[in-house]
Amino acid sequence: MPILSHLWIILALPLAGSAINGLLGKRWPKSAVNSVAIGAVSLTFLAVAELVREFFQLAPDRIPYVGDYFTWMIAGPFRVDFALQVDQLTVVMLLVVSFVGMLIHIYSTGYMAHEGGYYRFFSYLNLFMFFMLTLVLAANLVVMFVGWEGVGLCSYLLIGFWFLKKSAADAGKKAFITTRIGDFGFTVGVLFVFATFQSIDFQTIFKSLAANPVSEGLLTTICILLFTGAVGKSAQLPLYVWLPDAMEGPTPVSALIHAATMVTAGVYMVARMNPLFSRAPIAMLVVAIVGAITAFYSATIGLMQTDIKKVLAYSTVSQLGYMFLGCGVGAYAAGIFHLMTHAFFKGLLFLCAGSVIHAMGDEQNMMKMGGLRKKIPITYWTMLIATLAIAGIPGFAGFFSKDEILEAAQSGPHANFILWLLGVAGAALTSFYMFRLIFLTFFGEPRYDEHAVHVHESPKNMTIPLMILAFCSIFGGWFAAPKLIGGIDHFSTFLDPVFTMYAPSAPPPAESAASAGVALAHALISWPVFVAILGLLVAWWFYIKSPETPKRLAKSLHALYILIFNKYYVDEIYAALIVRPLLWISTHVLWHVVDERVIDGTVNGVATVARESGGELRKLQSGNTRSYAAWVVVGAVCFTFLLLLVLGMR
Amino acid sequence: MIVPVSYYLVLSAILFGLGVVAFVFKRNVITVFMSIELMLNAVNLAFVAFARAHNQLDGLVFVFFVIVVAAAESAVGLAIVIVLARNRESLNVERVNLLKF
Repeated sequence: MPILSHLWIILALPLAGSAINGLLGKRWPKSAVNSVAIGAVSLTFLAVAELVREFFQLAPDRIPYVGDYFTWMIAGPFRVDFALQVDQLTVVMLLVVSFVGMLIHIYSTGYMAHEGGYYRFFSYLNLFMFFMLTLVLAANLVVMFVGWEGVGLCSYLLIGFWFLKKSAADAGKKAFITTRIGDFGFTVGVLFVFATFQSIDFQTIFKSLAANPVSEGLLTTICILLFTGAVGKSAQLPLYVWLPDAMEGPTPVSALIHAATMVTAGVYMVARMNPLFSRAPIAMLVVAIVGAITAFYSATIGLMQTDIKKVLAYSTVSQLGYMFLGCGVGAYAAGIFHLMTHAFFKGLLFLCAGSVIHAMGDEQNMMKMGGLRKKIPITYWTMLIATLAIAGIPGFAGFFSKDEILEAAQSGPHANFILWLLGVAGAALTSFYMFRLIFLTFFGEPRYDEHAVHVHESPKNMTIPLMILAFCSIFGGWFAAPKLIGGIDHFSTFLDPVFTMYAPSAPPPAESAASAGVALAHALISWPVFVAILGLLVAWWFYIKSPETPKRLAKSLHALYILIFNKYYVDEIYAALIVRPLLWISTHVLWHVVDERVIDGTVNGVATVARESGGELRKLQSGNTRSYAAWVVVGAVCFTFLLLLVLGMR
Repeated sequence: MIVPVSYYLVLSAILFGLGVVAFVFKRNVITVFMSIELMLNAVNLAFVAFARAHNQLDGLVFVFFVIVVAAAESAVGLAIVIVLARNRESLNVERVNLLKF
């Protein structure tokens, strides 16, 4: 069991890659930087693969497997070990992170080939892998928090990778500060957990929770606080505003951090803390409501965006909403399933978008594209597959995972009709805006200057990752396929132990397996599939058949159009309600009054008193001997009188 | 007849006071110097008077010390005065006020 007993190797590899590139890579040729960075992540992936092999040989009673390396800190009863754990959930996350991460690293060697700061980019990317794997492997909340903040740091560094561009630097700050609001809630939640359970270790918490019931109010508080962190990290309402701006970063970063892995950390955390959430129905409802509303809301914004990456960004926010909806209605496995398929198809979509941008010579506006289908066929076909997957067309990965979530919202133990309706409406919008993207980019007449822009397919190191991810976007969901023909859902069966081990009550008996034909027909002739195809057709009507329709519609629904086009003015509202008052207070109170008057005033005042009194006193040193003599006499007289006084008092 | 010790003390105080006044108000360095000697000798007188009144030798020993110190002091002091006179061609203390802020 070489890897399982040395889990730290999985963390050490990307960290070493990051350190080597960061410290030495500046003077190295790109090929050397490549081999270090790609080597580190590839070895990580191999280590994870070996870990999975060993994991399947473990006896069930040894899962979760915990590796405790050293005691990090002790303060009274508070004790944190640097401990890593492996269970089914970890295995899924490890595979997704290391596999998608590796492909995106390879893609980046092509995409970033002509950029400055090459070594820096790969150093950050490897560092991100280290922190993300720490987050996933952590066996307690504090180690998890290290990974949690670390990925936030790397996100900041990579969004602001082109830091000379003000908008990129600002977007990095926005991402960091906005997620920090959520992290505050998360930190308080961790403190509450410790106060309640006297431990921050996952297994200890869950065991004590299963043995001694905790009041529901307290659990709800804890869960909502933890969920606040997830809202910030996973860009849900109302803290989603940073993710669209994060598109200022290089496109591979958007694919890796802001689509496939980091933003899903919130979903992972909620799934990891499932014993707590399952015992707090109100918190579950909050999670589901936030997820469903976000899924619908940001899909509406995605309808009107013209920047290809912004469409995908709002789509990511929306899909993350689905994952939370799944967790909120108790279908954690479905949420994680969607996390995995989303990592494939959304990572692919971003990489394809990067390939399009690359082909168009750094043009991101879809209104200036069109007709690219023939010129960049590999990008076109892979992006079409990803779009079919995200839209939920039967047979593709997104269909299975989204269907599971919506099914749980419709008929699961926490079913809720309104949430289901929001989910289905969001699915229709998803299908529409994704096909709008495809039609605007790849179909129709070219809307760019064909003499100025030399459209070319990307090099092999970019297209091969696209093809691999396209393969996953089709078949990544087929773990669940046997269910439709009367078999079992391999994915959720595999994850089941994580979600049932400490569940509050016995899981509901598996629904009587419907006959194969009925289940298949039920899944295919369902609302999600219907609305997905409807969205496709409407997009086709609007952008291929009759391009005048959207303009007429925009005119007749002018107010709504303006509202959505400006993203519901949320950024402006936040600026007016929070940012500007905060700036005003900082400038006019904290800076000009507290800092300049009080703090500087005190320091300068002390100095002024010393200087002024010194200035007066130094005039005594006149150089005039007779005045010195006079002072000696005065001193002697005073001293004598004092002596007499003291003696007289005796 | 024995002169009471208070008479000596009064004389000593008068001499000391004259020395102080001369020390503060005179401008000539030599005069200032002499006024210091006057103060020292006024104190010597007081020491001797007390020694005699108390029949002890301590006061007399002190007087010898003072005389020795005064001799050394006048040697150093007169040397300074000579250098001063050479450099400044004046013995006025008011002209020697370079050492100031």
